[in-house]
Amino acid sequence: MSALTDDTLPTSPRAIRDEMIVFAAMAVLLAMVPATGIYPFFVMQALCFALLACAFNLLIGYGGLLSFGHAMFLGTAGYCTAHALKVWGFTPELGILVGVAAAAALSVVTGFISIRRQGIYFSMITLALSQLLYFIYLQMPFTHGEDGIQGIPQGYLFGVFNLANPTVLYYVVLAGFLGGFLLIYRTINSPFGEVLKSIRENEQRAISLGYKTDQYKLLAFILSGTIAGFAGSLKVFVAQNASLTDVHWTMSGEIVLMTLVGGLGTVFGPVVGAFVIIAMQQYLAGFGQWVTVIQGVIFVACVLTFRRGVIGEIAHYFRRSL
Amino acid sequence: MQALYAQLLVGLINGSFYALLSLGLAVIFGMLNIINFAHGALYMMGAFCAYFLLNIAGIGYWPALIIAPIVVGIFGMILERTMLQWLSGLDHLYGLLLTFGIALIVQGVFQNYFGSSGLPYAIPDELKGGMNLGFMFLPIYRGWVVVFSLVVCIATWFLIEKTRLGANLRAATENPTLVRAFGINVPRMITLTYGLGVGLAALAGVLSAPINQVRPLMGADLIIVVFAVVVIGGMGSIMGSIITGFALGVIEGLTKYFYPEASNTVVFVLMVLVLLVKPAGLTGRAA
Repeated sequence: MSALTDDTLPTSPRAIRDEMIVFAAMAVLLAMVPATGIYPFFVMQALCFALLACAFNLLIGYGGLLSFGHAMFLGTAGYCTAHALKVWGFTPELGILVGVAAAAALSVVTGFISIRRQGIYFSMITLALSQLLYFIYLQMPFTHGEDGIQGIPQGYLFGVFNLANPTVLYYVVLAGFLGGFLLIYRTINSPFGEVLKSIRENEQRAISLGYKTDQYKLLAFILSGTIAGFAGSLKVFVAQNASLTDVHWTMSGEIVLMTLVGGLGTVFGPVVGAFVIIAMQQYLAGFGQWVTVIQGVIFVACVLTFRRGVIGEIAHYFRRSL
Repeated sequence: MQALYAQLLVGLINGSFYALLSLGLAVIFGMLNIINFAHGALYMMGAFCAYFLLNIAGIGYWPALIIAPIVVGIFGMILERTMLQWLSGLDHLYGLLLTFGIALIVQGVFQNYFGSSGLPYAIPDELKGGMNLGFMFLPIYRGWVVVFSLVVCIATWFLIEKTRLGANLRAATENPTLVRAFGINVPRMITLTYGLGVGLAALAGVLSAPINQVRPLMGADLIIVVFAVVVIGGMGSIMGSIITGFALGVIEGLTKYFYPEASNTVVFVLMVLVLLVKPAGLTGRAA
């Protein structure tokens, strides 16, 4: 397992300081976006995927578990939030709560099942479970099959913030992203995170030290799935729809690609990766199906020559942990 | 009852594809330690290869049954030589990711040129028509697919479990260094094994071309069901993948008859049940 992130440096006060500086810079840059005239919809979408990729990275980068089914959390939370808002007429905060709770419940069940096998079997099981859900959502009436749930009212968050206003929505999404990011960051640097890393490095040894590794992995899976669900709920307000593409396994592949491009097991890699991939999809949309081919080429190139990813390479060059 | 037998037959045919594909996956996994995510794309290439042979070169079904697996197999061996071999010694997950990328490229290129709709491939004249078995009507081509893939599966099992070549292969999986010391060219054997596994996928593609239409994404969704089959079977034994493949096809067919709503999901539900009871899979060794 250690080959995945073979040169992450041990957490030191200096590393924490570096990461805090980068985090502050990232937060300031993102907060200035509405003032720059950059299309906010694009950045919001990228932020949702960045949070999703960070949640995915928590599993692969720190637990060594490659989930190939993270789209199921995105899609499930999205559908539940959309349904709660549109049909039940819930307020935004309650809608998000419903979505996140659904994703959490789903991650408890799927985690319990998939954690029973390791390595590539784990990946295949998560993939199969997400495809199972895809077919269920295809047939269930509340998802409206191929049409998806559309025209979702955005409403007022806490009765105050008008989410129909793009700037307000942007800051709400940004706050959600930063909150989720800090939660993941805190987890990584907690005793729990240290145990996770030890499981990634050598599970047998962790077991012999007395850790119930299955429980740690399950907890990490639930946390990751729940945060991924949170990203899915936020995305509903941005896209104003919930559709089958969010649950399909190609979406899971894109999440993996984002993390791989940015750098597996780096703190900021998934964010950079998500922005790169979403920008690519945005600006290469004219190429139609060639975008898939380009994504495939990036996948192959990353695995063959560029395994550390953008942030991983930078961190390696400066001998820092980022 | 007619409908039940018809669904059973459809199940057996799907089972043949599951068995051929999971068998190829098992062979490749045994030697390269890679879950070949590109397997579905290579299956699709086999079908397209038969289509090209017929429409460009005028070469019919029977030669295609041999030519397509060889052509796609060679393509696979080139992939192995140029890319996959650089991953040996790394985490398994990189193999999965690399082959996923290859699948995206192959499928994307085909989608660009052929869209997403299906292209027809006619059933060869010799296998047209059907037989009345008294209790059901059996289209000859469908019967042929089941029998032929069963023969291919058994032949592959025989090759790996009972011949000297297979013994070398299994030994190389256990201990490549030692086998190399006996003067066996292990890297070449790995390349050939990958070619064999890919060839099996392409063969399944040719077999399926006259039944299902030839589409760029024909393998994309199938491969995930095959992964579920692999998880259920456990890939511990070659015979295990064959039996699991056929059995799951039949179960899927029965579901289509008794409770059609669940026919898409039954394999995945079975996977969950098997994992809960026997995490290593039905024929798998303990993880």
